[in-house]
Amino acid sequence: MSAREDKARLENARNGWALSAPALLVLTFAAAGPLLIVLVYSFLTPGTYGNVVGTFSWDGWVGILFSRDIFDGTLALADAHLTIFWRSVKLSLLTTLITFVVGFPTAWFIATRPPRQRAMWLFLITIPFWTNLLIRTLAINEIIRAEGLLNTILLKLGVIESPIQMIYTDGAVLVGMTYVYLPLMVLPLFAAIDRFDMRLLEAGYDLYASRIALLRRVIFPIVRPGIVAGSILVFVPALGAYVTPRILGGGKNMMIGNFIELQFGQGRNWPLGAALSMLLLVIVMAALLIYVRASTGSKTPHG
Amino acid sequence: MSDISVEARNAVKAFGQGASVVRALDDVSVQIRKGEFFTLLGPSGCGKTTLLRLIAGFEMPTSGYILLDGQDITDLAPNKRPVNTVFQSYALFPHLTVAQNIGFGLEMQGKPRAEVFSTTERMLALVKLEAMAGRKTSQLSGGQQQRVALARALAPQPKVLLLDEPLSALDLKLRKEMQVELKRLQLETGITFIFVTHDQEEALTMSDRIGVMQSGKIQQIGGPVDIYTRPVNRFVASFIGETNFLPATVQGGIVTLSSGDKITAGGIDGRSGAVTVTMRPEQLRLTPPDEPGTLNATIASWVYFGTDTHCNLHLADGTEIVARLQSPASGDAGLIKGAKVGLRIADGAAQVLGD
Repeated sequence: MSAREDKARLENARNGWALSAPALLVLTFAAAGPLLIVLVYSFLTPGTYGNVVGTFSWDGWVGILFSRDIFDGTLALADAHLTIFWRSVKLSLLTTLITFVVGFPTAWFIATRPPRQRAMWLFLITIPFWTNLLIRTLAINEIIRAEGLLNTILLKLGVIESPIQMIYTDGAVLVGMTYVYLPLMVLPLFAAIDRFDMRLLEAGYDLYASRIALLRRVIFPIVRPGIVAGSILVFVPALGAYVTPRILGGGKNMMIGNFIELQFGQGRNWPLGAALSMLLLVIVMAALLIYVRASTGSKTPHG
Repeated sequence: MSDISVEARNAVKAFGQGASVVRALDDVSVQIRKGEFFTLLGPSGCGKTTLLRLIAGFEMPTSGYILLDGQDITDLAPNKRPVNTVFQSYALFPHLTVAQNIGFGLEMQGKPRAEVFSTTERMLALVKLEAMAGRKTSQLSGGQQQRVALARALAPQPKVLLLDEPLSALDLKLRKEMQVELKRLQLETGITFIFVTHDQEEALTMSDRIGVMQSGKIQQIGGPVDIYTRPVNRFVASFIGETNFLPATVQGGIVTLSSGDKITAGGIDGRSGAVTVTMRPEQLRLTPPDEPGTLNATIASWVYFGTDTHCNLHLADGTEIVARLQSPASGDAGLIKGAKVGLRIADGAAQVLGD
């Protein structure tokens, strides 16, 4: 009996490995492997025409925060880099905030529709995904550029006398990222609100809670996993955004993604690019860690 | 007038539009006294929950008024009414502990922290859940959740407590316990309880007064004894307990059954002509045949129920009537199918119905 059980268990385990082999292979060679290469590259020396030469160096990592003076070789804090990091974090956080403020009512609206209408609304939310991100971003470009739709209309109406500089500003990047990442906020929020027991609202309302108090003390705490998931889903890709800041921010309003691309392209500083990529990865991992903490350990003391 | 707690005045609540309008409440007026255990009893869809929701403020009446202590509260939002509800689903906050659930209303009222704490402690003691204060509500049994819901609704010391079929999710044994518990809480707190149920036994055992509802209207309001022994119409008589309906005629204050037997009955109220007479099965006794003051009947069949035996009889003209006889110690009531017996109606048991 026991021998038979053991055999079955063994077979189970073998089947388990066999079944997960494809996924493991893909993860090893397509995710872990390349990452390892990036990590190694970040500790090497840049080659003259790009690529790297096999000499160990900390310069890639040092270059994240400092720039070396070309003449005397002293290190100075690289203000330009810090500006880029700060802009990336600021714009990503703002995008997360705006998508939440816009997305929460949207998700609430969808979740409170009759079940048959819900599918239709969710379908509408996903429609932007049908078009290539580049095309969508260029469409925004077309609307807000100096000779674009918005400025033309405002000029024709006589509201303004000369075109407003909208494109190539942080604001333009923000608008673009909000547009692109909004569905990623709405969908997890919807999933959380959909599970929310609306009868709790009556209970809270009955117990003297104002509408604001209901939102703060009943709705938000209960749908928090959805809020956290949506925030992560928006914040993480926003932080590494490349296309949107490139097209709507121009060359001046770079974010980390563009900065990394620059190192691998014109900058010909692959180790710095690799180090920046790893830094981005660490930030994302930290954000995910916060997510796991927030969605599992809900032991926050409450008033 | 000053002893009236809640009053509904010509309350109408219509749902739907155009041709499909449903009148969940059809011109309901009722006065509920202070400190009373008042039960709204009726089958599902009779409007009892709608009336409760009007009093809580979750619904606005289509027309009519809701008054509390003589003041019009019809347009007041639920969070502005000193009225709390125990929900059928309990609707406990899953993200809060038992104590936080109970303290929620007080906190929302802006009570000082010390008062919230002390009241919560008192409420925990009242519903005997001191040991559970720090638990999440999902870790509690159904009966315990029920008690948390009660404590949460009682904590802000409302003028009126509304209970929407709170016991329906509990099993029989727990339900009996909670019935006693509820009655105790009501007496201890002195708060007006308005209790909604479709369970007639629950209504009879707990209530000071009962409002029996059907089709959006209150059919009868009265104490449990009134409702049971002197139902005003066929619906009330049949909804509460088992009963017999016998066709009869009234002439000059004398009631004659279709079998030709003349009986004395209450509730004639000057009626004459064809009426229906009702009498509870347990108010009927079998006697040897042809005893004076009894109806002639024939035993058709019987069913043994343990405490009592339900005996189906036919009157002289074949009218069916059920008698509920207490089972003797031996269990054998000595009933013989087809036997002729006399049927004695206890004094005051027969009632003429309004319709």
